[in-house]
Amino acid sequence: MNILVCIKRVPLAGGTLILTPDKQDIETKFLGFGISPHEENAVEAGVQLIEQMGGELTLLTLGPSDAEEQLRASLAVGASRAILVETDGQEWDPQGTAAALVEAIKAEERKFDLIIFGAESADSAGYQIHIRVAHALGLPIVTNVKGMRVEGGKVSCDRVVPSGRELYEAPLPSIITVRDGLNIPRYPSVPGRMQARKKPIDMKKAEARVPQLVKLNLEVAPSKSTGAEILGNGVEAVPALVDVLKKIGTI
Amino acid sequence: MILVLVDHDRGELDQLSLRALTAASKLGHDVEAVVIGKDGASLAGIVGEYGAKTLHVAAHADLTDYTPRASGAALAELVGKLKPAAVLSAGSPRGNEQLAHLAAVLDIPMAAECSQITLGTPHVVHRARWAGNLIEEAEVRSELLVASIFAFSTEPESKGGGAAAVVEFTPDLSAEDTLVKVIGRDAGESKGGVTLTDAKVIVSGGRGTGGPEGFAVIEELAGLLGGAVGCSRVVTSSGWRPHAEQVGQTGSKVAPDLYLACGISGAMQHIAGMKNSKTIIAINTDPEAPIFKYADYAIVGDLHQVLPALVTAVKSAQA
Repeated sequence: MNILVCIKRVPLAGGTLILTPDKQDIETKFLGFGISPHEENAVEAGVQLIEQMGGELTLLTLGPSDAEEQLRASLAVGASRAILVETDGQEWDPQGTAAALVEAIKAEERKFDLIIFGAESADSAGYQIHIRVAHALGLPIVTNVKGMRVEGGKVSCDRVVPSGRELYEAPLPSIITVRDGLNIPRYPSVPGRMQARKKPIDMKKAEARVPQLVKLNLEVAPSKSTGAEILGNGVEAVPALVDVLKKIGTI
Repeated sequence: MILVLVDHDRGELDQLSLRALTAASKLGHDVEAVVIGKDGASLAGIVGEYGAKTLHVAAHADLTDYTPRASGAALAELVGKLKPAAVLSAGSPRGNEQLAHLAAVLDIPMAAECSQITLGTPHVVHRARWAGNLIEEAEVRSELLVASIFAFSTEPESKGGGAAAVVEFTPDLSAEDTLVKVIGRDAGESKGGVTLTDAKVIVSGGRGTGGPEGFAVIEELAGLLGGAVGCSRVVTSSGWRPHAEQVGQTGSKVAPDLYLACGISGAMQHIAGMKNSKTIIAINTDPEAPIFKYADYAIVGDLHQVLPALVTAVKSAQA
């Protein structure tokens, strides 16, 4: 199988977000970077498929040249090669991002049987890149997949819904987006890291388009300003806690 | 006119869609609603109560269960006919997905998870990013605004209106539009009982539980309080609890009356899933844990001591 997994470099924010003075970005000076949580499952799904069925797993990302760090990390767990579409370092709107991904996918000589995205990015929450790519490539898409099997030229997918589980099927080639819980992503081995250094990364450039969804500024969402009322330490706080449960009507 | 996509599963209303209707009716335009699939026609009463005068029903032989690409095609057809100023939906996975298909068909922008909308040229929205931890103010430079409503930004408000007038139409769908559809459904991992998203009380455990055994007392307390058990991401990725119980950006987003966080430090991705709970009580050994910034009540202590004492106290209070 010829598989493509799309990933995105995002800052690994801890408990609190801090903005740059111009309110255009998160202050990342003191942060590490990774990929979005669901994307770790996307990479793992791709690795498992080529282990079972043979073939090649390509990674694709759009971002600054520093995104090579995330591509190498995913190459270390078993991807074969990568494509980095380098931006101007600015955040692109979803239409611009999708168009650049489509261009890179179309430029590939071999068509992909399966393209996998994470269900959502950690940072931008646009919920649309994968769908725009599917429409532009004329491919079926199943989203939010938490169980999958590939056989007989099609992919069968489970999607978790409030009532339980829905089953979907799509012929290959297709696009799927996957959720945390699909699998348990592996850690890279030392030989894996060594090999990743030599695996090929195609560097490409893309021109920014005129955005239609234009960021003006960011604000940190307000948290509770008053702070928590301390009920006490250890078991001695239990009577006060029971009083709170009574006050709010829980018991 | 503002068109609101009201989501449903075989006629069962998605409650978040009422919030989208409420957000729409605050924009100073007439509100009309659309459901995909003829089972949705049964929602004319509630949709009218929450402010829509008309309910458009996309009825088609191939539309029974969720078929998101077909929803996008049907919405695009309706938008062409009705020329609304905006199309809104709930900021749910399904609402976002169906609107994204619409936006892709029309090749126009889409603003997901909006907490505030000002229609104009351009439209200006505030939208939630980083799972609600950041608010972005953004311009949407298209004539038609396609936007979903951030789940926790608007409380549903009944307008006391009568049933919406039902207008049925048959969308012109291609084979591609209905290619991906539900071919089976079952109860999956859910074991019946109180589900996480419906629970009024959630007792949630994190790394501080120390392992699967640590959840025995959490289960007992949740049972006493008529609630559900939740957990943080580290718990499911360690295999201590099923993924269905995970609260956070990569699990369920919940807003119960009471969220009792036990041994959870409060990583941002967890906070994103529970910070809209009415009352948050946190038990943690570390007085500096970020969870305390979001809690209403804090207990600095070891859950292994506090929870058994709490179970005993709750039992005697209930006796």
